Parts: sequence; C-alpha cells; structure tokens
Amino acid sequence: MPALKRDSVPYTLGFAAIVCLVCAIPIASAAVLLRPMQARNQRVDRLSKVLGVAGLLKPSEKLGPAEIEARFDEFVVPRAVELRTGAFSDAVDPRTFDQRKAAREPSTSFEPPSNEARVFRVPNHAVVFEVKREGKVAALILPIQGYGLWSTMYGYLALEADARTVAGITFYEHGETPGLGGEIENPRWQAQWKGRLALDEAGDVKLKVIKGVAGPPADDPYRVDGLSGATITARGVSHTIDFWLGDAAFGPFLARYRQGGS
Amino acid sequence: MLSKTSRAALIDPLFEDNPIGKQVLGICSALAVTTLVSTSVVMSLAVTAVLMASNVLISVIRNLIPGSIRIIVQLTVISSLVIVCDQLLKAYAYDISKQLSVFVGLIITNCIIMGRAEAFAMQRGPLESLFDAIGNGAGYSLVLVIVAVIRELFGSGSIAGARVLPLVSEGGWYVPNGLLVLSPAAFFILGGLIWALRTWKPKQVEQQQTVHIEADAPGVTP
Repeated sequence: MPALKRDSVPYTLGFAAIVCLVCAIPIASAAVLLRPMQARNQRVDRLSKVLGVAGLLKPSEKLGPAEIEARFDEFVVPRAVELRTGAFSDAVDPRTFDQRKAAREPSTSFEPPSNEARVFRVPNHAVVFEVKREGKVAALILPIQGYGLWSTMYGYLALEADARTVAGITFYEHGETPGLGGEIENPRWQAQWKGRLALDEAGDVKLKVIKGVAGPPADDPYRVDGLSGATITARGVSHTIDFWLGDAAFGPFLARYRQGGS
Repeated sequence: MLSKTSRAALIDPLFEDNPIGKQVLGICSALAVTTLVSTSVVMSLAVTAVLMASNVLISVIRNLIPGSIRIIVQLTVISSLVIVCDQLLKAYAYDISKQLSVFVGLIITNCIIMGRAEAFAMQRGPLESLFDAIGNGAGYSLVLVIVAVIRELFGSGSIAGARVLPLVSEGGWYVPNGLLVLSPAAFFILGGLIWALRTWKPKQVEQQQTVHIEADAPGVTP
C-alpha cells in the first residue's frame, strides 16, 4: 500500500523528481556514448564538402568515412595563413586548428572594419586547403562565412590556381529557410559559380549574386544567378564573398599568391 | 491470438481512424519532411519508434502518475525518447539526420504521440497500447509516404531518388512543378487525400453543427 495518496502534494513532487532522474539517465548516456561517432560524422561531412567544392567528389558518389578521409589526405593539404600579412604560417597546426574558436577569443582574433557580411571577429590565422594534382596546386579552398537572412552561413569557396577564377562554392552549415534561402545548398545553383571571376585583374572583388539570370561565365564573368524567393540570402552570399576575398580577410593572401606564391 | 480490441487498435488507424486523415494530427511534420520519400520513410520510422516506446512506458506507469502533472510527465517521457532518437540518428544516419534537421526534435510536439498517450495509453494496458502505437504509426507512415511519393514524383521527377521522369535540365522532357517542393503543396495533397478518404468512408465526415428545432417541442413556436 502506498503511504501517500496519488494526488497529494508530496507524492506529486516525489514522482516528478523520480521521472526526471530516470529520464535523465538514457539521455545522458546517449549523449556521452554517441559523441565520438557524431564528431567523426561531422568531420567527415566537412571533409567531403571540401572534396566536393574542389571537384574531387561527385555528388552522386557515395563513399564511406574511411574512403573520404583517405581521398582527402591524398589530394588536399591544409595550410595555415596569417591573414594580416597574407603569408603561410607555422604558428598553428592546420590539422587541429579550430578557426571558429580562434575567432571568438580576443587574443587570437581581430576586429575587422564594419562589413555587410556581419563578421565581427576575424581570426589571426585561417586554414586554407591546397588541392594538389601531379605535384602542383590545382585549387585553393578558402573558408567563408557571412550572414544571410537569419543565420550565419558557413561554407567554402574554391579558387583555381590563378586565385581569381571560381572553381566551386559550397555551404555546410546555415539556418536559412529550406526551399528558399536553403537553396544555397543546391548543387545546381552552386554549379553556376564555376568558371566565373571572383576578382578583376587589379585584385578587387567583383563577383555578385544578382537578381535574375546571369549569362554564361565567358560573357558575364562577374555575376551569378540569384535565388528566387531568397533575395536577402543571396545578398548575404555576395557580402560574404566581398568580405572574405577583400582586404580585411584573404585579400593580402590572394595578392601574394598571384605574385608567385607566399 | 489478438483480442478484438487489440486488432481494432492495430487496424483501425490505417483507414477508419487515421491519425492524419481522420484525427487531423501531426500535420506539421507531414508538411515539412515529405518533399523526398527517403526522408519521410525515416521520419515515419522515428515517429513510430517513439510512439511505441512512449505508449508502452506511459501505459506501464499510468496508475502511478498523479493526475495534476500527467501531461508534463507524458511530455518528459516523450521528449527523452525523442532526444535519444535524435542522437542515434546523428550517430548512425548522419546524412538523413541533416536533411530532417529540426524535425526530429519536433517529434516532441507531434500531436499524434501526445494524443495517443493521453487518449489511449493512460487508460489501457501496455500490450494494447503497443498495438495502438503500431497502428497509428503505420497510419501516419502511410499518409506520409503517399504524400512524399506524389511530391517527389512531380516535384523532382524521381521516386526515392530513382529517376522516373527525365528532367528538362538533364536533357529529358519533364518540367518539374516547383510548387510541389514547397510546403503548400503538402496542404493541397493532404486535403485531397482527406477528401478522398471521406468520400470512400462517409462516416468520417463530422456532423454538421446545425440546431434543429423540433416543431412539437414544448415552448417552441415555429
């Protein structure tokens, strides 16, 4: 016989406490036990985005985590860049460097001039990826981030070895509206970027996402098709490109690179 | 052998008492995840699994739950199950969990699960509740997959990722209907399905809320 009535206050409180404790156990164990697998999934997802933007992994290809890691190690070399000077740097280990964490710490980041991509802190160092083919650099992959309609969009921009022509773009994390701004993930839209020029000959950022349809890359190199129903997201992508290829971020690095390597 | 009530709990939710068609519950997720067949199948499995576990657990403790906090207890049990389910998907089916994004977490607010806990599991034994959960899960899945097949076929020209209608953009002849990829399309299809279901089974049509005045009732003058 229960000593307490089912609707009495002490019983209710006690019951609530027990339910909370019992429910907390499976949640806590799932979170702790599955963490390593989830972290690996996330890492592999990021690697496959880098491979995808470099054209080393087709969207239709289904590879296991180990194969993606192997392909990444075969073709891609991560390198740290000191953003203000634009020189390659050994100050941080590009394999373990956490750029987002570095951007949060005042000691490892600086404040850029106010910008429309709404980037408030820029890390002192950034990790870029060099894609090597037959011993030569075939493409450069730069991490980019900027504000769209309601979220910061994180992605990669791949430039060809001339450090001007776009080889690809991808976004791996964002909170834009699925079906509208979320279309920045659409491979067909991303394919529109290939072959366009991000910078003009003087090194100024020229590439813009426009409203409407742009011509083929050969005739209309500085413009990319907009996304219907996602004007503000598209504008955010323009600002993101503008900022990260500009003077406050990768500008110095790209300038050095064009002049024959850092 | 299944008892009569168990069988009814299992079979009825498919057509007679479909959670989406008749009870009109769980619409939000039915709109959100049905652009592709693969995501809606995973969503169906996740909802069914959570529903089965929550119905059984709540039925087991139904006589211990104090009446004043029963809803919050149901919610606690359901949300714990959903979080575990979300964590499992992130660990073992990362791509799909990325596509389902927030909607796995939103299973917590799926009215079917709380509806079945409150309406069925609080009154019946664990076994019957389990059958009820399987039945309702299957009824939900059925509608979800039908909607997804229609949307994916006409919106993207494929079924479960396999190309059925060759798209113009890939050299074929089919111009995909962009509307079907957007959420409103799910509303139209669901409305159509509910209409069809109620035409087939007219008993599901709700009684008209009109007041009949009996001419011979005392005190009423026509």
